[in-house]
Amino acid sequence: MIRFENVTKVYDQKARPALDSVSLEIDRGEFAFLVGASGSGKSTFLRLVLKEDRATSGTVYVAGQNVANISSWRVPRLRRGIGVVFQDFRLLPQKNVFANVAFAMQVIGKSRSVIRDTVPEVLKTVGLEGKEKRMPHELSGGEQQRVAIARAVVNRPGILLADEPTGNLDPTTSMGIMGVLDKINQNGTTVVMATHDDDIVNEMRKRVVELKNGRVIRDEARALYTSMIPVVGQSRRLKDASGRDDAADPRGETVRDQAGEGRL
Amino acid sequence: MRLQFILGEIGGGLRRNLSMVVSVILVTFVSLTFVGAAGMLQLQINQMKGYWYDKVQVAIFLCGEGSTAAGCASGPVTAEQQDNVRTLLESPAVAQYINDFQFESKDDAYKHFKEQFSNSPIVDSVTPDQLPASFRINMKDPEKYQIISETFASQPGVETVIDQRQVLERLFSVMNAASLVAVIIAGVMTVCAILLIATTIRLSAFSRRRETGIMRLVGASKTVIQLPFILEGVIAAVIGAALASGTLWAVAHFFLGEYLSKQYPDTAFISPAQTLLLAPALVGLGVVLAGTSSLLTLRRYLRV
Repeated sequence: MIRFENVTKVYDQKARPALDSVSLEIDRGEFAFLVGASGSGKSTFLRLVLKEDRATSGTVYVAGQNVANISSWRVPRLRRGIGVVFQDFRLLPQKNVFANVAFAMQVIGKSRSVIRDTVPEVLKTVGLEGKEKRMPHELSGGEQQRVAIARAVVNRPGILLADEPTGNLDPTTSMGIMGVLDKINQNGTTVVMATHDDDIVNEMRKRVVELKNGRVIRDEARALYTSMIPVVGQSRRLKDASGRDDAADPRGETVRDQAGEGRL
Repeated sequence: MRLQFILGEIGGGLRRNLSMVVSVILVTFVSLTFVGAAGMLQLQINQMKGYWYDKVQVAIFLCGEGSTAAGCASGPVTAEQQDNVRTLLESPAVAQYINDFQFESKDDAYKHFKEQFSNSPIVDSVTPDQLPASFRINMKDPEKYQIISETFASQPGVETVIDQRQVLERLFSVMNAASLVAVIIAGVMTVCAILLIATTIRLSAFSRRRETGIMRLVGASKTVIQLPFILEGVIAAVIGAALASGTLWAVAHFFLGEYLSKQYPDTAFISPAQTLLLAPALVGLGVVLAGTSSLLTLRRYLRV
């Protein structure tokens, strides 16, 4: 669903790259956490998937398409296939819950009857039945984030990107949000979630991709926020360069190089 | 649905930005009024050219009582001198430049004078004797005036030869200058309008950056995102253009039609209907102005 091949993104020639030769594949229907310190490249990764930025080198494939080859007038179509959720919810304060979710459908020209049918259904999925008429400021943070998720998935995107969706929420509320994301994932949507929240990662036991200084330093299935596997040799990252042609699933229970120190 | 959505967005944008929208309307109104005024002056000039150039003639004024010109030293024109002028006009050397000519006697002149100044008290103080008799010549080519002038100015009994077209040319050059001034003012105001529209659109885009950000993310097309902003500017400009057209019509109707045409009954003024011909041009200009400036602004300030 999302494939990075030796992707490097340089914002500033003098500084180190935000992403440094990252190769990664996230399959359809997968749930992956993107972890790492601030500045490790998580947000850059998400921006590249959305074609908000152009990779300096390497290739980004989204749903089988090389995003570099998508002309600017086709970018909206790419983005219709991707839902995005942010830490700060980004709801429209003057619109109620229903209108906030409906907005995502209106702007891509969905008919009124489709909107009337779909929005309540999606609100139910995220657990907001009966709150259609509420304004965003009348909702708790967790509920606001549920509205944001509803808006992100109302057009049934194949991919949901979440950029620290629980960053503003308390642990209990966060788990509720994770439940919603998990449900969406089980409906077949690929979910990529960038997060700092170790409790959530440890609880969910999903695939974890750890970035550090723009490099993938760990990629484990059913993993924890911190690697449980001791550090091994330094040269494993070379495998990334050779791409996905390894016989074994590269997302296997392997540890990438230089894990360990400095990560906590 | 999409249309309705876009209209809703426009309405919201116009309401939120009301003061800026009003200023855009006023600035486009003023600038387009000046553009239109220049256009009206040109229409008026054409109208007068069409009306006068047929009628305007070279006039050979004959000496009257108390004429002081050099050719009139021997007193008022005699019948013999008058016949000489007429013969000369009919001679082949001169006739080839002339379509036809008429003799206007003192009494004819008095009659025309009374018609022209019927609502002026000066009529009462003028007698036929004070007005000179004249030959009115209709030229084949008005540019050949010089030939007539040279031929007749020195004839005995001729007071002066006047090319009436030159009187008009002076008037036209004043009107041309006025329309040039109007165009310059219009140009400055248009720059104002463009900058103001750009600023308005920028503010509008800024105040709605949340919405546009979300629209981008959910994959709204460029058209859906940008159209409300562009139409906002265009609508304001069209209202301004409509006001300008209305103003021009009012000027033509009330000032030219009711006031000036009474003051100068022998002048052909443009009709209010003619100014309405300018209206589509003004509206078109407003649309192009607003459309381009908002498009360029959006390209810079609204990422899609």
